[in-house]
Amino acid sequence: MSLLQVQDLRVSFSTRRGVVEAVRGISFDLPAGRTLAVVGESGSGKSVTAYAVTGLLDRAGRIAGGKILFKGRDITHARESELRALRGAAISMVFQNPRAALNPIRSIGRQVMDALSAHNSLTGREKREKALDLLRAVLIRDPERRFDAYPHELSGGMCQRVMIAMAMACEPALLIADEPTTGLDVTTQKTVMDLLAKLVAERDMAMILITHDLGLAAQYCENVAVMQEGVLVEQAPAAQLFQRPQHPYTQRLVAASPTPRSTVQELVGEPPAPPIIRPAPAPGAAPLLEVHRLTKLYDGFKAVDDVSFTLRAGESLGLVGESGSGKSTISRMVCRLIDHSGGSVVFDGHDIGDVKARDFHASRFRREIQLVFQDPHESLNPRFTAFDAIARPVTRLLGITDSRELTGRVEEAAERCGLPRNLLGRFPHQLSGGQKARVGIARAIAVGPRLLVLDEPTAALDVSVQAVVLKLLDDLRRQDGLAFLFVSHDLNVVRMMCERTIVLRQGQVVEQGDSAAIFAAPSDAYTRELLTAIPHFDPVAA
Amino acid sequence: MSATLKHAAWVLRGNPVTALAATGATLLVLIAIFAPWLAPHDPIASNVPMALQPPSATYWAGTDQLGRDVFSRLLVATRLDLAIAISAVSISFAAGAVIGSFCGYVGGWLDKSVGRVVDVLMAFPLFVLAMAMVAALGNRVENIVIATAFINLPFYIRFARAEVNVRRNLGWVEAARSGGESHLTIVLRYLLPNILPAMAVQISLNLGWAILNAAGLSFIGLGVQPPTPEWGIMVAEGARFITAGQWWLVAYPGLALMLTVLCFNLLGDGLRDILDPRMRT
Repeated sequence: MSLLQVQDLRVSFSTRRGVVEAVRGISFDLPAGRTLAVVGESGSGKSVTAYAVTGLLDRAGRIAGGKILFKGRDITHARESELRALRGAAISMVFQNPRAALNPIRSIGRQVMDALSAHNSLTGREKREKALDLLRAVLIRDPERRFDAYPHELSGGMCQRVMIAMAMACEPALLIADEPTTGLDVTTQKTVMDLLAKLVAERDMAMILITHDLGLAAQYCENVAVMQEGVLVEQAPAAQLFQRPQHPYTQRLVAASPTPRSTVQELVGEPPAPPIIRPAPAPGAAPLLEVHRLTKLYDGFKAVDDVSFTLRAGESLGLVGESGSGKSTISRMVCRLIDHSGGSVVFDGHDIGDVKARDFHASRFRREIQLVFQDPHESLNPRFTAFDAIARPVTRLLGITDSRELTGRVEEAAERCGLPRNLLGRFPHQLSGGQKARVGIARAIAVGPRLLVLDEPTAALDVSVQAVVLKLLDDLRRQDGLAFLFVSHDLNVVRMMCERTIVLRQGQVVEQGDSAAIFAAPSDAYTRELLTAIPHFDPVAA
Repeated sequence: MSATLKHAAWVLRGNPVTALAATGATLLVLIAIFAPWLAPHDPIASNVPMALQPPSATYWAGTDQLGRDVFSRLLVATRLDLAIAISAVSISFAAGAVIGSFCGYVGGWLDKSVGRVVDVLMAFPLFVLAMAMVAALGNRVENIVIATAFINLPFYIRFARAEVNVRRNLGWVEAARSGGESHLTIVLRYLLPNILPAMAVQISLNLGWAILNAAGLSFIGLGVQPPTPEWGIMVAEGARFITAGQWWLVAYPGLALMLTVLCFNLLGDGLRDILDPRMRT
């Protein structure tokens, strides 16, 4: 008998525009002790499914049809008190963003004890012993000392381990992990996922892993279910699904996911483009950007420590590193949004570091160096339309005020970024993530820069949207001869987009050189660790 | 514009309390504008033979000690009370939003020194401060406006500072900088419009408070002078007669004050929803 059976489940939300069906009739079976990944992009209904199973839908949502059977018992419309008895004891959840899920003013040991006492009657000492055992099980070093630590004193990865300990506390039969490693570094992701997989296997629990990452699904789950717009389009054993995807959506998703060998063109299903050939620089010509011994101190802490590199016109250089590596700080210093503490930034033969970041908006080099931001939503002024967002820099930096000329310029930039003209009048909240990303890129290229600094431009996007945006950026570079400084945590993306790569760790350069060479034969142990931590579904690479 | 109206209509439909408050506020403004034509009697002319009449068909809210119609005086007073409150709040909002935004954006010594001044101001009992200001500047309506605006200023500065502070490092502010915008433009054209929805709530709550403040000053004899109709003075003058059972002298102006303040307070939350473009999906 299956542990969990979901039959033709429908979940609807009542919103301002009427009733919206988020889940439209999905069915799956999960036998005890097995693992299932539910994969999908944002809005596919994957998280809603999990919330429906645990009865945690918010007030606007309700189960409109179908059945949920847990151990053969119908819990579709179970009362809150019945569900509460079930939650934690029989079904538990690990959430995204562990820091937000933990109580910030209670020590982690206490929180694990609370999870224990929710369904057991243990004495104080037993509880403490058991909590320590659990912390040990999730590989928290020195648990006696950490017992009294508060969530803010632990790293994101440690917090997630505490969450896992809490989820395991009452030995549930089913664990639902909702994007448990989103927001964590790849190496941390690997340790957390390895731990989760090990614990689930040891305790013979069943697990549903909800994720947007196909690689993660393939590596850690036996079966994979792919969801699109509330419908389960395909369900198969992991290896089979990724090698021979049947449904067109799955095929597209698999193709769009970067692998160690894919090219930007392959992601969107186009034939590979020839490598970019740039005219050889004139002998003795200065590079476009020369960063020399760059250092940034924050209250004595070296966020960036003695970093040097050069970038030729039309070249693309990748900055790779995990959080705290200083990659974003370097990009901000190159863009002259923040001042450096030491070293120099030379652009086109001019030391642009001698103009204060505060006054750089009036510099003649402002239009030459433009930035594309990480979060396309956060980087657009909520009160400006797409048109205004693109037009303002054109007015400011190129001095174009004639409305016809301005409109022409904005529309040209938008068109080059694949942004339909009729969307230009919209406000950011009326645009999708991919469209917002295009506005951000159009805004940067509209003023005709020579260097484009890209700070994780696709980190917040779905994989299929990422594929299209990467292709767009690659095309722009081919057409305009733009130089890219490409900041990313995703090594596969950097390998596709950049000719040379710099690997950073804690503000220092670990390794730099030709991208292909670094990926084929990393010389530094840290680079190797980063490379092996990337989850993949590629049988050849494994 | 029609989208804004449509959105406003939607918010009001889903939120009857806001709709009621908005109706009340509109009504108050209309009364304020047309009061002289609406008033059934002359609000100033005394008519001693008819003094202290209880509410009747002729005198809806009774008459006061000089035989003036309380209802007419109430209507006419709306204009003065609203005018004082609205101009005081406008001044403190305009000045406070700009000062606060710059503090929040620039930070550093400017933020610190303005912050300390605000702290000192807020350590005073604000009503006493307003009293002192009116007493020092002179007993005139303009000075009530100035005093009311001044004691509200710290709230706006703090509010704008905090709202700007959380936004100053957002991507779109950095994008504006890399788009060559000057700092002045960033504060005035980017940040200020974005904090308006949140400030609208503050404005609305503050209007009620400013009305109370103006009435309070008049009640203790500062600011508006008799025989000008004003709710605070009416309460003050009527208070003498309450023990004699002439309750209508105090009850009606008190009721008018209460309802007005309630209206603006309830309007606040609804306003935020109407003004925030992100709520408009």
